[in-house]
Amino acid sequence: MIKIKPYMAVSIFSLIVLPVFAAENTIDNLLQEYQAAGAAQGNAQRGEVLWNKTFNGNKPYAQRSCKTCHSSNVKNHGKHIRTGKTIKPLAPSVNPTSLVKSKNIEKWFKRNCKWTIGKECSAQQKADILIFLKQQ
Amino acid sequence: MKYPVLIASLFLTTTVVSIPVVFSDDERREYRQRSVGVAAVNLPLYKEECGSCHMAYHPGLLPERSWQKIMAGLESHFGDNAELDSNSTKIITDFLKKYSADKSSYRRSTKIMRSLVKNDSPIRISETPYIKHEHDEIPDKMIKRNQEVKSLANCNACHTTAEKGIYDEDNVKIPGYGKWDD
Repeated sequence: MIKIKPYMAVSIFSLIVLPVFAAENTIDNLLQEYQAAGAAQGNAQRGEVLWNKTFNGNKPYAQRSCKTCHSSNVKNHGKHIRTGKTIKPLAPSVNPTSLVKSKNIEKWFKRNCKWTIGKECSAQQKADILIFLKQQ
Repeated sequence: MKYPVLIASLFLTTTVVSIPVVFSDDERREYRQRSVGVAAVNLPLYKEECGSCHMAYHPGLLPERSWQKIMAGLESHFGDNAELDSNSTKIITDFLKKYSADKSSYRRSTKIMRSLVKNDSPIRISETPYIKHEHDEIPDKMIKRNQEVKSLANCNACHTTAEKGIYDEDNVKIPGYGKWDD
């Protein structure tokens, strides 16, 4: 049995526990920003509906949704529809590096909303999706 | 010490033998890289921003003018939105220009450049005459209709050493078909 020394406890804490706090903060900060931009409180159910909603787009991907690349279960790996590249699961419960940096979250919202929905997502839509994903 | 002579000779042989071997290994690697590939340069930002959707293609696969064209049109990037903030765009564009095929002496870069008609600036590596020619004998079932490959753009699906910039035939393994021999 390994005896846990104080420095080990500190490093375990900083390696495992701190990133989780950081992720929590990131999401909460973003949610606050969305509210400041006029969104009501995020709603996970609404987020889930939007996640699964199909939109029209240009061929060859005439029907597209978040699931097109991220798979219908966000705990699974996704696959980029065009390039086939594997996409890590978005659910923080299985992928602790997901939803950690607000810069990345915003970047992907911008790119992917434009591709999937055809325009940038509203603050409300982003709040809903983020709450939904956070709980996965 | 029980066997001073033995230890001394072992020491001597290992140092004398190993120094040149290590040295020439590096040299060989460098030479090999030049002759079979493109410069394996990379940039963490490039890997992160571009490599999250597709292989982070080495800059030596296209001329500067092509990279410029690609980076100026990220909003509609082969049917995808790949927008970047202006700072990242600049850093990545500079990187791609610096190591582009027209500035490289690596074999594949030179071949790609030579195959291009003057001032031609393709935005797909797979449409440069050299790359097209190199793959023209491979049947569709192994690339296009192969679900694990899908497209010539997916270099590392078959070129197992693509990320290292090495594209020789020995390192080709086509998913579902194995080694390629022509």
